[in-house]
Amino acid sequence: MDFLIFKAPMLMVQASLDGILLGILFALIAYGMALQWGVMNIINIAQGDLVILGGYIAYTIYLWGIHPAWGVIISPIIMFFVGWGLYKLVINKVVDRDLFISILATFGIAIVFQQLMNFIFGADVVVAQSEYGTTMLFDNSVTLPNSKIFSAFISVLYAVALVIYMKKSRLGRAIRATAQNARAAKILGVDTEKVYAATFGINAALCGIAGALISITLTLHPYVGLPYTVRSFMIVIVAGLGNLPAVAVSGMGLGLFEEFADYILGTEFRIGAVFLLLVLILVYRRFKLSKKREYLK
Amino acid sequence: MEKVKQKDLILYSCLIILGLAAPYLFSAFKVQLTYLCVLIVLAMTWNLQGGEMGYNTFGNILFYGLGMYLTASVQVGMFFPLAEWTESGGEKTFVHTTAQYFQGIGVGLLVSAIVPAVIAGAIGYAILGLRGHYFAICTLGLGIAAGEIAGGIEIIGAGQGFTTPPFPAEIVDTEARGKFFYFLSFALLVGTFIFVKYIYGSRFRLILNAIRDNEDKAEAMGIQTMKYKIVGWMCSAFFCGLAGGIMGGLIGYIDSTDVAFDGREMGVFMVLMAILGGKGTLWGPVIGATLFHFFKEGLWTLILGWQYVALGVLIVVIVVYFPEGLMGWLREKYPERFGEVIDEKDRKAQVELK
Repeated sequence: MDFLIFKAPMLMVQASLDGILLGILFALIAYGMALQWGVMNIINIAQGDLVILGGYIAYTIYLWGIHPAWGVIISPIIMFFVGWGLYKLVINKVVDRDLFISILATFGIAIVFQQLMNFIFGADVVVAQSEYGTTMLFDNSVTLPNSKIFSAFISVLYAVALVIYMKKSRLGRAIRATAQNARAAKILGVDTEKVYAATFGINAALCGIAGALISITLTLHPYVGLPYTVRSFMIVIVAGLGNLPAVAVSGMGLGLFEEFADYILGTEFRIGAVFLLLVLILVYRRFKLSKKREYLK
Repeated sequence: MEKVKQKDLILYSCLIILGLAAPYLFSAFKVQLTYLCVLIVLAMTWNLQGGEMGYNTFGNILFYGLGMYLTASVQVGMFFPLAEWTESGGEKTFVHTTAQYFQGIGVGLLVSAIVPAVIAGAIGYAILGLRGHYFAICTLGLGIAAGEIAGGIEIIGAGQGFTTPPFPAEIVDTEARGKFFYFLSFALLVGTFIFVKYIYGSRFRLILNAIRDNEDKAEAMGIQTMKYKIVGWMCSAFFCGLAGGIMGGLIGYIDSTDVAFDGREMGVFMVLMAILGGKGTLWGPVIGATLFHFFKEGLWTLILGWQYVALGVLIVVIVVYFPEGLMGWLREKYPERFGEVIDEKDRKAQVELK
């Protein structure tokens, strides 16, 4: 336990800014999670591993000598097809089944992804250098890497673009219709199979963007996917499905929590704190609902 | 009826004799056999949760890891200062005498059975109120959080791990260590099997099944579901803790995330084994665990490096294509053997409906 952060106001500003910028990135991943959960009723444990894979795609183009920021365009395109393929291969068989089956099946996918990434990219912690420099605020007492600002900006940009796309485009409307009532949508001529594949592809593409951003702001390692899954799951259960402003707010809240937990509890408990927070949130909601004799559905 | 019982008796006595003779027959495979016993125990206790009660948990690894740490800590802490032991990282500054070792592991196993059960009871009320996938994810979080937190606690070795006391050097017989742990785990297996079999014949199982099939209706029938859910979870925790304690002693080294709270291996294995054999059956987890262990040990050396890929693919294939498991498949094929009577007319009517 270390309460230094409460004695130094500048440290607090630093943690808050870091947390919010990080939280926007988490919100982007959570948005993908909410999308597929709402439309297909699937909980994807491999979400975090899709993020890391997206990050490695950006890292690969960085190794080829292209600036890693281009990853935010290239990575989602590749990841869309990865997601589409994954849907055709496995996910389409678990869509209408028990949720636990989808959890276990995607858990299996996650293990395969982790191991394949370990083979292809090695087990080292890597980061793609964006060389964007840092911004100094308040007489150099708060340092803010420009790459983090860039990543938050790109996340917001993509999220807004996706919201508009979902509202206006034909596919977006088909997705929303399927989410509301798959059967009715089918009767009205929506090819739900295609919609599901596209949804999973879009989710994977969102993960790709987030991964590319993580490759320049944070670090990549084949086995760190699961915390991202849990973070996005947590954001979604706090915010609810299909409530986009709430996803953004709770994403930022989670980012803040993590940065403060990092300072107060120490870095070694950071991931533990995230997982414990998930348990606490679920238990809190369970007690709140049990007063009304209901339970989380 | 009498005949069936006699047949069972012969089967059980054969199995027990086989179990007792196994370390002498296959003396090179004692460690593997110990693993097998522990895996079967884990699969059977998971089955109580996931198969009978319908609460698919990833969290039994929590009790397994807890049992591991508790046994080792008690075994060391009873005679020596624990902090110095872990700090020296297994350097043999302290040596257990034979009597100390066995006293320590005995008390340690007792603690590692009781404490996880008590913890399961304490957190059960909060966690078991969650249902379905929320319960699954919550217990997944719990297991991983426990691993991460244990990796930050200095007194039990933090990130560098905890070396459990070595087997007393005074016992000269080199085979003794393997036999000791084998018979310990075999005793645990027999105990667990008798307990689970007892549950299978009791009203308790019917209540658990009622909870699985429809919890709201079970509650409406006047069953205090929460009470039974907690008791069920405590039973699982009791045996998982013991299994963990034995494994800790066998492996000799405890790492927070790779050995104790190993959600990526053990935590998934127990789910997979139960599903492979068939959830909700007495023999399913036993057969599933045995098959899985043979598959794992036989194939993993052939595909070294690719074993996790194979494991992931195996999970997907089993879950997607055989969610009912081996016993479920047999049941579908030979329903008479499971005491089910099929009404031919009814079956025909169902076929026509399709």
